[in-house]
Amino acid sequence: MRVFRSWVPAFAGMTMIVSAPAAAQTIAITGGTVALGDGSEPIPDGVVLIRDGRIQAAGAMRFKLPADTVVIDATGKWVTPGIIAGFSRLGLSEVDLGADASDDTNANGPFSAAIDVVPSVNPRNSTISVNRADGVTRAIVAPSAGRSIFAGQGAVIDTGADMDAITAARRFQVVELGETGADKAGGSRSSAYASFRNALREAGQLGRTQPASGGGAREPDERDRPVVRDPNESRTYTARRNDDVLLTRFDAAALVPVLSGRQYLLVHVERASDILNVLGLKREFPGLKLVLVGASEGWLVADRIARAGVPVIASAVNDLPASFEQLAATQSNVGRMQTAGVKVSIGMIDDNDTRNLFAERQYAGNLVALQKIPGATGVSWGEALAMITSRPAEAMGMGGELGSLAKGRRADVVIWSGDPLEGASAAEQVFIDGVAQPLATRQTRLLERYRYLPRRDLPEAYRH
Amino acid sequence: MSLRTAAAALTLAACLTGCAALTPKPAPAPPVRINADPYPSTYQRYPGAVTVIRHATMFDGDGRKIDNATLVFADGVIGAVGGSDLASPAGAVEFDGTGKFVTPGIIDIHSHLGNYPSPGVESLSDGNEATSPARPEVWAEHSVWPQDPGFSRALVNGGITTLQILPGSANLFGGRSVVLKNVAARTTQGMKFPGAPYGLKMACGENPKRVYGSKGNMPQTRMGNIAFARQVWIKAQAYKRKWDRYDSKGGDMPERDLAMDTLRGVLAGQILIHNHCYRADEMALMIDMAHEFGYKITAFHHAIESYKIADLLAREGICSAMWADWYGFKMEGYDAVKENIPLVHNAGACAIVHSDDPNGIQRLNQEAAKALADGQRAGIPELSEAVAWTWLSRNPAKALGILDKTGTLTPGKMADIVLWNGNPFSDYSRPERVWIDGAEMYDANNPKKRPVSDFELGQPGEGDTK
Repeated sequence: MRVFRSWVPAFAGMTMIVSAPAAAQTIAITGGTVALGDGSEPIPDGVVLIRDGRIQAAGAMRFKLPADTVVIDATGKWVTPGIIAGFSRLGLSEVDLGADASDDTNANGPFSAAIDVVPSVNPRNSTISVNRADGVTRAIVAPSAGRSIFAGQGAVIDTGADMDAITAARRFQVVELGETGADKAGGSRSSAYASFRNALREAGQLGRTQPASGGGAREPDERDRPVVRDPNESRTYTARRNDDVLLTRFDAAALVPVLSGRQYLLVHVERASDILNVLGLKREFPGLKLVLVGASEGWLVADRIARAGVPVIASAVNDLPASFEQLAATQSNVGRMQTAGVKVSIGMIDDNDTRNLFAERQYAGNLVALQKIPGATGVSWGEALAMITSRPAEAMGMGGELGSLAKGRRADVVIWSGDPLEGASAAEQVFIDGVAQPLATRQTRLLERYRYLPRRDLPEAYRH
Repeated sequence: MSLRTAAAALTLAACLTGCAALTPKPAPAPPVRINADPYPSTYQRYPGAVTVIRHATMFDGDGRKIDNATLVFADGVIGAVGGSDLASPAGAVEFDGTGKFVTPGIIDIHSHLGNYPSPGVESLSDGNEATSPARPEVWAEHSVWPQDPGFSRALVNGGITTLQILPGSANLFGGRSVVLKNVAARTTQGMKFPGAPYGLKMACGENPKRVYGSKGNMPQTRMGNIAFARQVWIKAQAYKRKWDRYDSKGGDMPERDLAMDTLRGVLAGQILIHNHCYRADEMALMIDMAHEFGYKITAFHHAIESYKIADLLAREGICSAMWADWYGFKMEGYDAVKENIPLVHNAGACAIVHSDDPNGIQRLNQEAAKALADGQRAGIPELSEAVAWTWLSRNPAKALGILDKTGTLTPGKMADIVLWNGNPFSDYSRPERVWIDGAEMYDANNPKKRPVSDFELGQPGEGDTK
């Protein structure tokens, strides 16, 4: 896998990497319990050193601080990387129901794969401030599927109090291939797969004849050539593009980077058999860089997922047979997949995904709790934190940039009142790219206004 | 009508008026009593041992914490609560609660388990009779599917021993609720909490006006909501007068109306109002409507803005059932604050943590933990874990009219008990054992002591830890 930075030229025109403003200063957070977010256990009395918006060092080290270092005493506190919401619709909706166009999650227009979530992200949404105030510093933001199995292209964003929310635009494409996909495609998984194949073949044809970006027409890549085991899988597709295409040209073009593996493909499936079907797509389309989303029944086929090396962004604690594709759902799913060697991170799949991303740390704590339940499989504290920090970053190929306190990472750092995997703990200071963030929200303003109810000289509306 | 019968009718009418003075009026027929409980509970507690839990930390649900507590229960009821010096009855099964916590079972006052069950498919979705804004004639217990796998998760992960199943909120009058013991049964009657009063679900705000307004029907506005509801109450008052007269004096039985039966029960104080209402201004309107027609609101549910009128709610003696931190998913939920629950408590009003969610019901203790911590950080005085447990058991029991039977660890009450493997205000703790009416319904160490619904038999994951 190519590393994140080297993608930049290849993505010219397709992905924009926006570097956030870095504060030109050195900050040392000392005396706190430091958790690096890489799966390791917390370090008592650790130090986190931030310089020019990046992590300079973190851990149980002692060194001479440069002059003019701003020192923050975190004695009695916990210090971790900021939480990365593993799968979300953060920033897309101010109010989800009955507030007309304040909700940008619907996509019932003519386009699908071509949709880019970026224009829908509003950095001023109150949902962003509420989550920032609770230590969520980045989010993987996915569009919702409208009429097609393809939802469009998602982004990685930050929650900083500024107008530059986009960390990585068009980082991934989203496709539905489970119950939702079946429904979008006309009522069966078979039609969803036919739609999927058709779309990728059209993209392949387009990719060969009219590259979407950069340079002239390139020769067909060997990786694009089919390994034909089943005639249906053949992509030897010589017919010219004609009028019966199901995809707009714009949508087909958007799938070219998916086909060639220059853009991740997040596939939402829950059922064990659906997961295996998705893994099988690699045989047919070897360039795909798959990430499974959901995977409630992943534990039933965990060894196969691990062998395929496909990361999973899973729901942490859904344990109900909420649909027929989730009959085997259990809170042990994440722990069992991780034990089998799957790289798992936690997302909020169909779970208050526009706004309650802060619940991820409570969910992670619940996975730790499972270690004490006979017959259940939990995860260690360090791994649970990694699942909401470094693992989602790694699933996006951005582990070198985000999600841990390793040297060189963007300085997204949270100082907590206590153990962050306890919902009762609160974020006390939040840094994004090394910049201290405001933690006031509409909610804190309402609290101030209504905290004391006795009548005063003027109405409540004058308390501001 | 033929001329002949018309003439006969005239003669009869003349006699009825003219002859009355001559013959004594026959005594009216005595009133026929209507069966008020036609779907009675058939719940029977399961057998349990004489049990003692020692050395646990106890939150008694009534605001007290007892370190190194001893709890004795037998024959389905709590026998004694005390310190380490409390003696054990002969032959008791003893559990060492060292490092563990014991509490009353959690009571969720707002659940749709059974009427919006898992799997969430159309065939099983029976929560909203959205065919008229006023459907007080429907009863939630006639929708509840006792095989909903959600009941077992609520028990083993959530420590839920009692729950109220409500109709949905599409209607201004959604129908009767039912209170259940969280004990698996073949029938819903087999889960019904014996002696629990009925509730009536009401709703204000966005949902009714959206559901009916979008069909071009009344109500389409909030003023339509109130007007429609008032009209229904006017009818209910007349119905009640008619039936009260019949019940005391007898005579010709008035025509029965199922919808009106329920509203009459509300006006008579026998059926408790559970009112879905988010906004402070709308709660105040609902309170005035209750005064106008002479009924009482027991609890506002989803009361996101209770903190704005906590003083009014305290004065009126109305409970608020709330989430810890849900917000903004609809306009009427826009003004949430994370300190809502402790602020309501602090005003002297009755605060309840509720779920309205088959996942959230598994973590109500954690929701209380967040609300408690937010309240303490805001400097709200006299909050503690022991106080916060009243939001999980005593206060919901009070609002369900069953506080005399459960909700606190008080001798003589039902032995509805959870033994937690750690402090239940931590995300790292889970129920280790759960007793309902003194019968052990869950033991984390024993896969056979875990309910598995019919639906899950033969399915992948049957009997798994969930």
